[in-house]
Amino acid sequence: MAFFIETLLGGLMSGMLYSLVALGFVLIYKASGVFNFAQGAMVLFAALSMARFSEWIPEWLGMDNLFMANLLAIVVSALVMLAVAWLIEYLVLRHLVNQEGATLLMATLGIGYFLDGVGQTIFGSDIYKIDVGMPKEPVMMLESVFEGGILINKEDFVAAFIAAMLVLALTIFFQKTATGRALRAVADDHQAAQSIGIPLGRIWVIVWCVAGLTALVAGIIWGSKLGAQFSLSTVALRALPVVILGGLTSVPGAILGGLIIGVGEKLSEVYLGPYVGGGIEIWFAYMLALVFLLFRPQGLFGEKIIDRV
Amino acid sequence: MFYRENGQFKTTYQSDQQIFAIPQDRWAILAIIAFAFIGIPLLVDEYLFRAILIPFLILSLAAVGVNILVGYCGQITLGAGASMAVGAYAAYNFLIRIDGMPALAAILLGGVVAAAAGIVFGAPSLRVRGLYLAVATLAAQFFWDWAFLRVKWFTNNASSGSVSVADINLLGWTISSPTDKYLFCLGILVVFSLAAKNLVRGAIGRQWMAIRDMDVAATVIGIRPMYAKLSAFAVSSFYLGVAGALWGFVHLGSWEPAAFSIDRSFQLLFMVIIGGMGAIAGSFFGAAFIVVLPIFLNQMLALVGGWFGVEVSIALVSHIEIMVFGALIVFFLIVEPHGIARLWSTGREKLRLWPFPH
Repeated sequence: MAFFIETLLGGLMSGMLYSLVALGFVLIYKASGVFNFAQGAMVLFAALSMARFSEWIPEWLGMDNLFMANLLAIVVSALVMLAVAWLIEYLVLRHLVNQEGATLLMATLGIGYFLDGVGQTIFGSDIYKIDVGMPKEPVMMLESVFEGGILINKEDFVAAFIAAMLVLALTIFFQKTATGRALRAVADDHQAAQSIGIPLGRIWVIVWCVAGLTALVAGIIWGSKLGAQFSLSTVALRALPVVILGGLTSVPGAILGGLIIGVGEKLSEVYLGPYVGGGIEIWFAYMLALVFLLFRPQGLFGEKIIDRV
Repeated sequence: MFYRENGQFKTTYQSDQQIFAIPQDRWAILAIIAFAFIGIPLLVDEYLFRAILIPFLILSLAAVGVNILVGYCGQITLGAGASMAVGAYAAYNFLIRIDGMPALAAILLGGVVAAAAGIVFGAPSLRVRGLYLAVATLAAQFFWDWAFLRVKWFTNNASSGSVSVADINLLGWTISSPTDKYLFCLGILVVFSLAAKNLVRGAIGRQWMAIRDMDVAATVIGIRPMYAKLSAFAVSSFYLGVAGALWGFVHLGSWEPAAFSIDRSFQLLFMVIIGGMGAIAGSFFGAAFIVVLPIFLNQMLALVGGWFGVEVSIALVSHIEIMVFGALIVFFLIVEPHGIARLWSTGREKLRLWPFPH
């Protein structure tokens, strides 16, 4: 029982991390109808920039304070991500308005390749450490309830907490601010939003910036967990089933989908994996999402798809 | 002046229904095929065969397959690499498990198995569509990647899924030199592309296109979506399976599942979109572009590095290569979202009127 709960909690927490990446997809898809395959590359780029700047800044300034170095690195990386987001919107997507979905998909894939290349050219392609002072040692919990207690990774816990805060912040931003309202209007209907004077171009830049910052948060958390390295860009592929399970247009869907996928992955790997040779995590998530889609083609919370001729 | 249809009258139904109805087209295609069969083997050296021409032919075949599904039937797939893998490993199993199995038959049977797998993993297309479907097809990609790595039966207990086959023997013709391999692939490609060209202009091709343009409307006018969609998945997977088997048997000789990873799927989709969706010729343009570009970039970077006296490291070259590759793809999509095939057809329209444009 304790083992089951341990696995379950582990799944929930890695699910939170998936949601973090999935959020980036949902934000952009909702507002501009672009399915951003470059999200993984953006996460990698952000993680690399974070790792390297936190290394370089103390060197340049000759200071020796880890906290200040990290803070400055976060600020600089945030600026870098904003610049990247703005450039993507300005140089690429602005010119591809009204193209077919497949073309846009391919364009973001191209952007992804480009970012992978640029990131590794500028920042190097080794594995870099991100140390933002996340606690590493595991803790035992509920020892009184179960024999042996439950082993929990504190790092995961902190990460899940940060993810939850980010989601909360995004929700407030979307629901309570004027910009958020404009974003929702654009997501609802581009033309109607434009007709009441919402500048589409600026809104898209804002969305990409928000997605860039989400990528930064995801990059820092994933990076301090796994190290900032090329394989981070495949995290996006792990997050895709989350997005379609939750529905492409729904922020709560991304969260709940992340949790379901996280738990499903861990449980399947632990209880089903040994029978079929292990390593089933990655496709099991997709199969799970697929089965869900057969019953609800628009995902859990996606907008209902209405077919008209 | 040279490319004009004036005065060409069709007097029989047969002549009206030819694949290439305009004689100039017909002769041009025949000339190209003849040149590819006779001229190129005389002119080209081994390196070019191995590095460019053979990959180009096989990937063109795969791109035709993807184009049938994505360009003609409108179902975006990111699992093309998986179909190639199924074809390759199925053909391998037919070859080693059945005594005296001719290699060509094994390759075709590999295609048939890939078609069956394609139908199974294409089934979600009946419920979901668009981007949801694209992600759903990734399930096939990851599932087969895993299966060929972990399930030992598929790879005849080879470690890490790497298998190899000897040179193919076709009715006494041992295909071992690059020229032989080239001719073999070319023969298959010509047959299969003519078949594809015929398929997409026949009843089934029209059904696919109707489904692509709007599936609800197509259903209303009496097209069975299940039949149309699944047949597109089957035909496309068959092409991909044959291409995969060729890639393994002829091009690589020995391979492992990584040869058909998700990057291959992306690459194939790039070919179709850059080449032109819904145009068989586009598959060839796209394949040529994607095959030649990395080699060209690689050479260029070394050259440019040489000018400035900078020793460019291999890692840096590969990073700059994917960077430029990504940028060029984006550039191409912005400049001509409908692909190279559209440029080709505009050019042809111009040529028809030339030199009197009105």
